[in-house]
Amino acid sequence: MPYNIVVLAKQVPDTKKITGKAMKDDGTVNRAALPAIFNPEDLYALELALSIKDAHGGSVTCLTMGPPPAAELLRDALYRGADRVALVTDRRAAASDTLATSYILSCAVRHAGPFDVVVCGRQAIDGDTAQVGPQLAEKLGIPQVTYVEAVKDLREGSITVRRSTDHGVEVLKGPLPILLTVTDKAHEPRYPAMKRVMKYKKAATAGEARSAGKQAPAGDLVIEEWNLDTIGADLQRCGMAGSPTKVKRIQAIVLAGSGHKEIRPDPEGIEGLVHELIEDHTIG
Amino acid sequence: MDKNVVNRKGEVWVFIEAVGGRIADVSLELVTRGRELADRLRVPLAGMLLGSDVEGLAEGLFSIGVDRAYVAQHELLARYETHPYTKVAVDLIRRHNPQIVIYGASSIGRDLAPRIASTLKAGLTADCTDLQIGSHTDPVTKEHYKHLLFQIRPAFGGNIIATIVNPEGWPQMATVREGVMAMPEARDGRAGEVVRFTPELAPADVILSLVDEIPAESKVNLKAARVIVAGGAGVGSKDNFKLIYDLAGVLGGEVGASRAAVDKGLIDKAHQVGQTGTTVRPALYIAIGISGQVQHRAGMAEAAKIVAVNKDPDAAIFGVAHYGIVGDLNDVVPMMISAIRKRV
Ligand SMILES: Cc1cc2nc3c(=O)[nH]c(=O)nc-3n(C[C@H](O)[C@H](O)[C@H](O)COP(=O)(O)OP(=O)(O)OC[C@H]3O[C@@H](n4cnc5c(N)ncnc54)[C@H](O)[C@@H]3O)c2cc1C
Ligand SMILES: Nc1ncnc2c1ncn2[C@@H]1O[C@H](COP(=O)(O)O)[C@@H](O)[C@H]1O
Repeated sequence: MPYNIVVLAKQVPDTKKITGKAMKDDGTVNRAALPAIFNPEDLYALELALSIKDAHGGSVTCLTMGPPPAAELLRDALYRGADRVALVTDRRAAASDTLATSYILSCAVRHAGPFDVVVCGRQAIDGDTAQVGPQLAEKLGIPQVTYVEAVKDLREGSITVRRSTDHGVEVLKGPLPILLTVTDKAHEPRYPAMKRVMKYKKAATAGEARSAGKQAPAGDLVIEEWNLDTIGADLQRCGMAGSPTKVKRIQAIVLAGSGHKEIRPDPEGIEGLVHELIEDHTIG
Repeated sequence: MDKNVVNRKGEVWVFIEAVGGRIADVSLELVTRGRELADRLRVPLAGMLLGSDVEGLAEGLFSIGVDRAYVAQHELLARYETHPYTKVAVDLIRRHNPQIVIYGASSIGRDLAPRIASTLKAGLTADCTDLQIGSHTDPVTKEHYKHLLFQIRPAFGGNIIATIVNPEGWPQMATVREGVMAMPEARDGRAGEVVRFTPELAPADVILSLVDEIPAESKVNLKAARVIVAGGAGVGSKDNFKLIYDLAGVLGGEVGASRAAVDKGLIDKAHQVGQTGTTVRPALYIAIGISGQVQHRAGMAEAAKIVAVNKDPDAAIFGVAHYGIVGDLNDVVPMMISAIRKRV
């Protein structure tokens, strides 16, 4: 039987590429100096969704919330096999913490239509919180399984998944609809398919078409663009107003540089070090 | 945002994770910091203890400084499952209005805490490495808040440290990384109060069923190790990691690794130290062939003594080391082994 699967994916700055240049003087990160990428674990989430569709039929909808350039992530999702994509973009959503983000995403998921499985990455590499998945599940009023690695079985009304935790591996069975958060131990994501790239490189949001002076795309080349009104969100629960947590201070990490004792790389030097460590009871 | 109850007399709570009849180390560590926070605020420190047979653990909590244990026992809480645990924890929090609730950033804490936060519409900060009490003035409204919980955590791949507050969306909640706070010391003669809570649970509250379970193989115990000898990508090969094992062997220590060493397949992920691995604070940490990127340092900079071996005199690891040896590890490590054999 076919399933409606919704994947939540986020475009994130590639935090691996952070260098001194990417830090502003006030200690905040200059996002513009970093390449924007598909959040790594969200690619695994998309792959898991696509593999369910491959096995059972159905459709994969990919949603993202972010500024207009996040449409790029949705084109990538189309290249890899998503059937339908939508961008939630609205200035009033800026400065949302995980509680507000999960609220907005819950409105977007409901707006997208009926669903059987919602798939998130375990965590996004910018915030590293891993909170949005469980909070979204709670807002949708459905159960969650975090740290999922594989779907073992899926049949009418129920799903069996494997997850791995601090305590080992568990196989859990639960009812649909359900939300899964997926780790990078899951199946390796597929690459964009050449044929799909050719077809969908023209996919765009109405906003993108407008700023490129082109006609709005039609049919399955449409990247839907929703704002907070489209999805019926209560503005009190979005953005700054809906975010109980506030960032008080940001500090860039600098090396402690307290100065260390230089030990010569020869037997005498090293014997001296061992002697010191024994003397101060660190070893021995 | 709903303005939750701002209960300035509210207690400080620690979610006590009890798996297999044992309290998780991370919960014990939280008791240490929880005690300090509660003393600053002059309120009691309480533990939230859920399970099927956990009341017996309360005594141990009192001996390490907990004043009160909220004990919710029910056969449906025998093993951790998101939904009944959320339900009971939310009931307890609503009933008693603590001002702070902290959880370990374990696979259980990170599954449970966001679900609770969403239900309560409360703020939650993930993976903190430090918690403090301080005051805060809102930059926009200029409103001044006294005695808030400062939730301090690395973000952006460990490149920045952020201090987060939640002035109004109470209770103030955070998950805290394992290994960043010290273990508490037990003292005889400390007593506390058990507050029993009868959970209202029906079988339908347990939504997921366990089909199969494979417990993790004997985990590498980095956290308990007094001495850790860690190898990085500079070690070069799996065979050469034997040097690291040999040095750890003569010191009676555990073997750690950088992520690059793990990614290259030189050693198993269980050995990884750092932001996405284990946070450690041993008496001695010897970093060998590790460049010392911020994500690695995030997991070991708190070690009491750090020795670094690297052939690059400019390697970042020297910035956190107490002793630096600039040289080729293939020469230096055998010298260290023989020097220790001679002396110890
Ligand atoms: C989100 C995120 C999370 C991460 N989490 C972690 C984490 O938890 N833990 C972690 O460790 N990393 C983590 N990393 C990776 C981290 O950024 C570094 O890539 C990693 O720590 C580098 O490992 P390394 O020092 O072993 O390798 P390299 O950076 O390649 O350094 C190897 C070092 O060995 C030295 N060397 C080479 N040959 C010799 C020799 N013969 N003798 C002596 N010295 C020699 C070199 O001079 C060099 O300094 C994370 C990265 C990201 C983006
Ligand atoms: N702005 C967003 N748009 C779409 N999905 C998101 C967004 N933020 C978070 N998510 C999803 O929630 C997961 C966890 O994010 P986080 O809690 O920020 O670590 C991500 O892997 C995504 O699947």
